[in-house]
Parts: sequence; structure tokens; C-alpha cells
Amino acid sequence: MVTFDFSKLWDIPVVDRQIGLESFDAIRVVEWNNFYINVTVFNSWLVILLITLTAWLTTRNLSTQKQVSKWQTALESLVLWLQQEANETSGSRTNQYLGMAMGMFCFILVCNLLTFIPWFRPPTASLSTTMALAFIVFLAIPYFSIKNAGLKGYLKKFIDPIPLMLPMNIFSEFFSVFAMGLRLFGNMLSGVMFASILSAFVPFIAPLTMQTLGLLTGSIQAYIFALLAVVYSSSVKEEIVPQIITN
Amino acid sequence: MDSYAIIGAISVLGACICMGIGSLGSALGEGAAASAALTAMAQQPDEASRIRSTMFVSLAMLETTALYSLLIAFLALYANPFWNYAIAQ
Repeated sequence: MVTFDFSKLWDIPVVDRQIGLESFDAIRVVEWNNFYINVTVFNSWLVILLITLTAWLTTRNLSTQKQVSKWQTALESLVLWLQQEANETSGSRTNQYLGMAMGMFCFILVCNLLTFIPWFRPPTASLSTTMALAFIVFLAIPYFSIKNAGLKGYLKKFIDPIPLMLPMNIFSEFFSVFAMGLRLFGNMLSGVMFASILSAFVPFIAPLTMQTLGLLTGSIQAYIFALLAVVYSSSVKEEIVPQIITN
Repeated sequence: MDSYAIIGAISVLGACICMGIGSLGSALGEGAAASAALTAMAQQPDEASRIRSTMFVSLAMLETTALYSLLIAFLALYANPFWNYAIAQ
């Protein structure tokens, strides 16, 4: 039997021992025999649906006339801004990092900004979501490195200053990406925890300030995650041959 | 004092000390980074956007140490492995 229990979506979380490291993943919305969908997956599908719908409705009728819709202007300025940031950070002239950066930025930003809805549990406050996002970056690093500098250039990164640094380089390859996931998780979880703890003491007004600060932190975290993904992916570049200028 | 009280008290105390000392170093480092970035921005306003993006990345890196101590504090408070040991006794 398929059972839908959507009331679990908006139960106000109580501050107790259960609000630990994996409480969001333990709440099941849809149950069917051994198969279940938890709140994290359900909310990330909602966010994906929201982003896809907005992008589809906006790009349905684009125009190059003088009259453009507000949504087109907003999305165009977003894309141009991130394109400039990614190209400046990576130093690449092609827009190869734009897709990855844009996807991560939009997903994390919408997840983090939707926390202003009281019952919405942000998927980014669950370790499984952030680690999945970090795993994409972990796969993107060798992909972009091999694409830009070849296999030899990618493997050369591991023995970069001296071959003695090989274990440290391998360690840092794992740990830098691991820290990315942990950073996003820690920021969002601390925001959610702090708001819920504060609302247990002072239910009115006072949690509002912390939640406003949480919106700012969430936006900055989305920007940082996208930027760090670009930085790590563009760590190995093709050898730039210096041009000799002769007069 | 039985083992439950000892473990509970030490966990809370450990979480507080961990958070306090852990955030202190991170805060000092972030302050130094931000002040250096502001000085650079004041001297070279043309490069402000590039300095700002680099500053955000380095601030995120510095913040990581405080977040590790936050996670250790959460582990000590909510997912303390010694609770299970005490319960099994």
C-alpha cells in the first residue's frame, strides 16, 4: 500500500535529541512496502521542479526586441554575472564551467532561500545532499583537468612540486571536496538549529533576525560553493606558452 | 555521581570549550583576511570585484575550521558514542 503522509512535511521540528545529524533523512513522506521517500528527497524534487518551471516559462518566448519581459532580464543578468565570475576565476575564455556553476548555484540558492517558509526543511541541511553535490565536484575535477590538459597534465598535478608530496596531494584531493560538502552542511544546519533553539526560548520577533541573517549566509554559501567548484575544476590548466614579442 | 551524569556533564562542557576555542581562531583569521581585503580594495578600487570574490573564497576556507568544531560539538551533544557504551553497561 502506498501511504502519503504529507503532514510530516510541515510538522514543526521539536528541539530534542532526535534533531541530530540525520533527523531530516529519517522523516518519511511516502511509504510503499520497503520503498520510501524522505523529506530531503521530496523537498529537493520540489526545488528542481521550481527551477525547471521558472526556466521553462521564461525561455518559452524570448525576444530580442526593445520590449523584454522582467523574467528574461532577471535571468539574463544572473547568467551574465555568473559567466563573468566563472571566467574571471578560472581564467578560461570558453564558458565550459558555466553549466556546472550555474546548476549548483541555482539549486543551493533556491534551497537556502526557501528556508523563509517555516515548514520547509532545506535539503542542503542534510549531509547526504551536500555530499552528493560535493561528489559531482569530485568527478568534475578529473573531467575538466583531462579535457584541458590531457591525462599527463592531470597526473602531473599529484607530483607537482616534488614526488615526495604524492600522499599529501592525494589526501588533499579528497579532503578539499569533503570540506566543501561539510561546509555547506554545517552552515545550513547551524542556521536551522539556531532558529529552532531560539524560537523555543523567544517565539516572536527574535528568531526573525537570525533567519534574515540565515538568508544572507545561504546566498553567500551558494556563491562560494559554485565558485569553489570552478576553482577546483580549473586547478589544472593547459600549459600557456609565453609568446615572445619581437620588434 | 553515576556514569550518565559524568558523560552528560563532560559532553556539554566539551562542546562549549570546543566551540569557544574553535571559533576564536577562525574569527581572528577572518578578521585579518577581511581587513587586508578592505585595504586592498581601498587602494585599488578598479580591482574590487576580483578581490571580493577571492576574499569570499578565503573566508569560506577559514570558516571551515569553526565548522569542524561545530560538528564536533554536535557529535558530543547529539550523537555521543559513549552514551551507547554507558547504556550497554
